[in-house]
Formats: sequence, C-alpha cells, structure tokens
Amino acid sequence: MLTKYYFQNFRWRLVLGFVATLIVSSCVTPRGTGDLGIVVERAAGRIVVVETTGRTPVARIAGIGDLSHASVVYSRDQRYAYVFGRDGGLSKIDLLKKRLVKRLVQAGNSIGGAISQDGRLVAVSNYKPGGVRIFDAHSLELVADIPANYGTNGQQSKVVGLVDAPNQRFVFALYDANEIWVADMSEPRRPAIRKFKNTGKQPYDALITPDGRYYIAGLFGEDGLALVDLWNLDAGVKRILDGYGRGQRKLPVYKMPHLEGWAAADDLLFIPAVGQHQVLVIDKHDWNEFARIPVHGQPVFVMARPDGRQVWVNFAYPRNDTVQVIDVATREIIKTLTPGKAVLHMEFTPRGEQVWISARDSDRVNVYDTNTFAMLSSLPADKPSGIFFSARAHKIGL
Amino acid sequence: MMARGAATILLVLISTAVYADITPSRQRELVHLVQHNCGSCHGLTLQGGLGPPLTPTALVKKSPATLRTVILDGLLGTPMPPWRPFLSETEATWLVDMLKQGKFDAN
Repeated sequence: MLTKYYFQNFRWRLVLGFVATLIVSSCVTPRGTGDLGIVVERAAGRIVVVETTGRTPVARIAGIGDLSHASVVYSRDQRYAYVFGRDGGLSKIDLLKKRLVKRLVQAGNSIGGAISQDGRLVAVSNYKPGGVRIFDAHSLELVADIPANYGTNGQQSKVVGLVDAPNQRFVFALYDANEIWVADMSEPRRPAIRKFKNTGKQPYDALITPDGRYYIAGLFGEDGLALVDLWNLDAGVKRILDGYGRGQRKLPVYKMPHLEGWAAADDLLFIPAVGQHQVLVIDKHDWNEFARIPVHGQPVFVMARPDGRQVWVNFAYPRNDTVQVIDVATREIIKTLTPGKAVLHMEFTPRGEQVWISARDSDRVNVYDTNTFAMLSSLPADKPSGIFFSARAHKIGL
Repeated sequence: MMARGAATILLVLISTAVYADITPSRQRELVHLVQHNCGSCHGLTLQGGLGPPLTPTALVKKSPATLRTVILDGLLGTPMPPWRPFLSETEATWLVDMLKQGKFDAN
C-alpha cells in the first residue's frame, strides 16, 4: 500500500517536473546582467556567478585552471566575463547561459588583463613570457603580441598594472625594466607603442583615474610613485610622493599591495603605503601628500565606495582578518570590521550600498551594508579571493 | 581539502626524528602557508609569479642552506620578506626539504 502510494507520488512528481520543464524552456524569463558578478574560488579553479539583488549564488563554473590572483573584466554588454588566471588561462564566460564559452592558455604565467575602450580587444598581462598579448574579444583569436623586451640580451620583463585608457589605448608597466608603455591599438594588428624609461624601480601595480587621464604606478624598489598624464605624453613621467617613507625603515611586505582606489571627493587619491601601516592621501591638484592615515596593518586594497565618501582598506598577512573604513570627509577611521580569516578582496555594488568581502580561510563571502555596517548576508565559498561585479564593464580602467 | 590531502601524504613521508617537533597540525599550517601566502607571489602551484618558481627543477642548483636563509631572512633588493617571525629554523629546514622534493604541489 505504502509502496504503491510512493510509486504514484513519484510518477506524479515526474509528470509535474516534465510540465515545469516545458513551461520554463518555452518561455524563459529574460533577465539583465547588471546585477551579476563573479566570485573566484581560487584553489578549486572555479568561479561562482552571483547576483547582488537577492545576494545569492546563481551558478558555479569549474575547470578554469589556476585561479590564484585571478581577475575579471566584462564585455560592454555585460553578458560575458573574461577571467585571467595565473596559469596563463584566458576564459570567456557567458553569464546568462552560465557556462564557459572558450578557454585558452595563452602564456605560462599571467597577472591580469583589460578590455579596450570599444570592447573589441582583450589584453593580458604576462609574466612568462613577459609582455602583453591582445585577443579578439569575440573569438579570442590572437590579434597582437607585444613582448616586453628590454636591455641588450633580449630579456623580457614581467608586465604589471595593465589598464585600458581612452582613445583605444592600453597602458602597462614593466616590473623588471622600470618602464611604462602606452600602446595605441587604433590599428589592432599594428600597435603603436610609446615607451617611457627609467620611471622608477620595480613598479608593482598601477591604477588609472576614473576619468582615464592619469596613470599612476606604485614602486616597490623606491619610495614614490610614477605619474603619467595621458593628455600630455610629451610631459613624460613625473615622480610623485618622492621619499614618502622619509627614511623610515620599511617593514617586510608579506603581501604586495594593489592599486585600485580613487576617492573623487575633494579630488583626493588614497593609496597603500608600501611597508608601512599607513594609507597615503594625495591631493590631485598638485600631486603632493595631503595626509597619511595610520591604519591597522599594511594596506593591500584601498578602495573608494562609488560615491567617494568612504574608503575601505584590507591588510596583509598576518593582520589580514580586519577591514577598516575611512571617512573621506574627515580622513578618520569610522569602522573596524573583522569579516573573517584572510580577507582578500572587496567589491562594491554599482551604487555602493553593499560591499562584498571575501575571507579566504573562513570560506565565506560576507556582504555588508556600507551605511550601517550591518552584515546582510554570508555566503559559503571555497577559498574565495577576487570579487568582480559586471558594473565594471562601464568603468575605465576596470 | 587539498591542503589536508597534501598534509596526509607529508605525514606518511616525514615522520623522521629530525622533524619530530613539527606536529601534524603544525605541518598542516605550514602547507597552508606555502600554498596561500608564499603562493601569492610564487603561485598557488609554485610555478612562479612576481617571485620565481619554487618547483624542484627550479631549485635544483640552490643549496638547502641558502634557501633556508632566504626563507628566514628574506632577500634584499627583492620583495621576498623574512619569515623568521613565523617560522623556527627547523620548520624552515623542513620547508626546504619539502620544496626540493616537490611535496607542496597543490595538484
């Protein structure tokens, strides 16, 4: 009797499921992708597609290779994500169909990438072989190869700080060669490259201001930053914040800082000080130091909320369980959070009401309200690292 | 998971008296340290990044003593920091031994 009941129930469920499948497949609700994003699960070689409206995971896509230090850029229609893996992998993901469209291993060792102003070219920054390779965004066919040659013995430098810039350009820095290159991709198969030499020792990362005008490379080997005004290349590279450490002994750096922050309020730029427990504030009008803010540890990411009112900071090992929030108006720390063990990255929703924070060793991504600092959600994720929302599609340099 | 797997293998292989003070749980911590903290510059699979690769082939010509010193005291002029605040000399020796044998391969 009971068996029969279960059998019927099972059959009934089968019928229901079949009908539901028919309905779904015949009229799939169209959806936009503007509230979607990607969380990288670095050790598993997998990404999680997430949506920020309901704060839920939408899909997990595996088989994307070594994703330590992986980063993501988006197509201009916000449908496709390009994932840059450490192992040289370049993967194109369809956010709507939730699948890997194409993947190629284009180099031995990579550090990130950028998408061109017109959305047609995807550039990858490579350590091995050192240089930049540029691909057709649609087909992922190789369009141009720019080896970062320097010196007289055919050395190739590791390339860092690759960003897109207006007028169909890519800008990047050569870690081993102390150079900054500006590549004009107006003719995609024939990049026109302008090279700046002796721009400062060991550029480790760079940022471009949201207006696409200033490119700033952080230097590991010197106290200071290198500034290029893309409106006036003939002016060359200007050194700013020269000697900001003022001979103070640098602390050992257990994680390289990243440059990705810009607070528009009062035209101030917030950047991590290398080897110091400080955030440096630069006044954009004269590029002089405006202030320095003592913080919990050595900053890694110093990121402005989209409205520029707050700057959020995470820290290097071993002080990496903490995030601090700086109020831009007063330059004071207004909140200290401990989201979990090994906080690696933070990402704001497009208008900044939420921030998503990955805590690698807690296997969580926590979502906070940036106004009240209340935790809104906590999503499980396997060793999460970078978080990238599709709103990046429409931002210069991201 | 992977760290635990690797640690299990290590436990089987490294139960010699030399490393007797490195407890199994400490070994797991060290495996984690290598994969994730060393890994941020040398790559999760130690194939290199901003820092050089740390695979057995890459290290074959480096003496264990040199490697141990670099781990403990860093390398001037490069971003390699001193790990002495977090490691004992025995642990550094053990790390070199493991690296040379390729025991930290995340795969």
